[in-house]
Amino acid sequence: MAVIRDVMPAFELYQPSSVADAQKLLQQHGSDAWVLAGGMDSFDWLKDRIRKPKVVVDLSGIEELRGVRTTGDGVEIGAMTTLTEVVNHPVVKQKYGLLAEAAEVVASPQIRNQGTLGGNVSQDTRCWYYRGGWPCYRAGGNICYADTPEGRNREHAILHADRCVAVNPSDTAPALIALDAKFVLRTPKGERVVDAEDYFIGPEIDITRLHILQPGDLLTAIRISSAWAGTQFYFEKVRDRNVWDFPLLNVASAMVLSGGTIQRVRIAVNGAAARPLRLKAVEDSVRGQPRNKATGEMAGKLSVQGAIPLQFNAYKIPLMRNLVKRAISGVEEATWAS
Amino acid sequence: MGFIEWATSPWGQSVPIHIAWFLIWVAVIAGLLFLIVHAIYVMYFAKPRVFAADDSSAASASIPARVPRHSLVARLFHWIMAASMFTLLFTAFLPKVGIQFNWVTYHWIAGAVLTASIVFHIIHASFWLDFWSIWPDRIDLDDAWKRVRRFFGMPSPPPRKFAKYPLENKLFHGVIILCGLSVILTGVFMMSRVRTIFFPRNPYLFSDMTWGLMYVLHGLAGVGLIALVMMHVYFGLRPEKRAITKSMIFGWMDRDFYLEEHDPERWKVETSSSSSNRIERRGITDAG
Repeated sequence: MAVIRDVMPAFELYQPSSVADAQKLLQQHGSDAWVLAGGMDSFDWLKDRIRKPKVVVDLSGIEELRGVRTTGDGVEIGAMTTLTEVVNHPVVKQKYGLLAEAAEVVASPQIRNQGTLGGNVSQDTRCWYYRGGWPCYRAGGNICYADTPEGRNREHAILHADRCVAVNPSDTAPALIALDAKFVLRTPKGERVVDAEDYFIGPEIDITRLHILQPGDLLTAIRISSAWAGTQFYFEKVRDRNVWDFPLLNVASAMVLSGGTIQRVRIAVNGAAARPLRLKAVEDSVRGQPRNKATGEMAGKLSVQGAIPLQFNAYKIPLMRNLVKRAISGVEEATWAS
Repeated sequence: MGFIEWATSPWGQSVPIHIAWFLIWVAVIAGLLFLIVHAIYVMYFAKPRVFAADDSSAASASIPARVPRHSLVARLFHWIMAASMFTLLFTAFLPKVGIQFNWVTYHWIAGAVLTASIVFHIIHASFWLDFWSIWPDRIDLDDAWKRVRRFFGMPSPPPRKFAKYPLENKLFHGVIILCGLSVILTGVFMMSRVRTIFFPRNPYLFSDMTWGLMYVLHGLAGVGLIALVMMHVYFGLRPEKRAITKSMIFGWMDRDFYLEEHDPERWKVETSSSSSNRIERRGITDAG
């Protein structure tokens, strides 16, 4: 009888039924443990035999991590809530349509049925050198194979690259930043709540991670206050094919207008750097300005200041400029410019 | 648990990528152990130092109260080098022990400052200072042998007093040269792996194996410098060495200390009245 030897390496599977149990397991096993949410990112790593954790902690049995709950000041979405549930939730649709729109363009319906909001914001980068198991900076090595004269870097970073040029692939992350969401973490020191934009880190801080979660930490929920509920939203994702694809770039904005003048605005892009970028300079520059073509163009130009293209991704600079322009001035006002 | 981290290159070759980071703690613990053992030895076991008789008392009349030891330029070099070295060590190793910050830019800038200062020092020491004063000579070796024999209770005449630099200083300087040049030479090449203002990135300048060995050498010399810098700071703070430390700040040392530790025959001090006046006015002059 033939023996299949090339199988996924064995690991201990734990399926806790409470956050407390999950946290205990994660603390017990530290960096040996792998957190499994929807599995959409995890199974790639495991089946490609690139990550070989000793322990997998499956969160799917923890009910308290699921569901959208309305709170006194907005909503709290459990980290294990599927993207489909987020998209279909009436309160999310009605008040936080930006998040619903972003979640709806993630991958494919099947993946949205299985993938979770927590997993979507915590997923690893799609750089194929890294995903292919090459010993790059992000994998603990000393080279970036994408940022070389011959490197295939069409999808990589144009901003804030620091040795590694991989980008964050999340669609929901910029929407959550634009909505000023808070991420609720359980750490060995207790509960910690961080702003959405502070959940993500670039290679200059830690080149091996895209977010602040340390071994033993767990993202339990995402809270969105009513501060930006029902405001004017804009989300646009540009990808190579219209379904089942990661963003080349995406943009999300929430805006409050008063008589055609921008009163308040938050805007974020993803796919341009290793972390989703909140464009504070753009926000500051358009606040108090009329929402028109000129303001949009100014915002677009400002957003790409300091961008450094790689060999094959210079197209991302005009792309980002145009996306930001459209997010600020509206599609009707914005004409596409190369 | 190896001393070197290995990885498989895209071409299937097993290549070193860097040192194992636990060596940071090995260096720190080794440095601390040395300090503790030395401090205990000096406190409880060390015998008073004895030097061979010399004619220093006869020479003392012509020795100025403040014996010039380090020029302003030499001191500036030392402190710039120290600042860049501390910056390099902190930016290199703090992130490895869990203190995360944007370290790469600070690291390569400090590395560039260190490199420039070392190049300057080599030129300055070669043409303007007494180049050989920092290198061990035959008398140093003879005296070291005498000290070793006396340490073990064997009969031996006392050693002579030191020249401008004691043998320990000279040996430390030699080890620092080895480690310093290792990190500088490898570091300059490693700058081609990151974005700097100096040259375009070229990660394929060398083969994966050569790069790996370069990273390992950089790391080994770096952790070596942790222990060496700890020792250097420790000796700089020790009471019996304070006169030497002070001279690196003010440029001169007291006549008494000079006569007690140094041999005027081996380290001749500028004693002309004009020079002395200049020394007194400025507090400094070129030494050597």
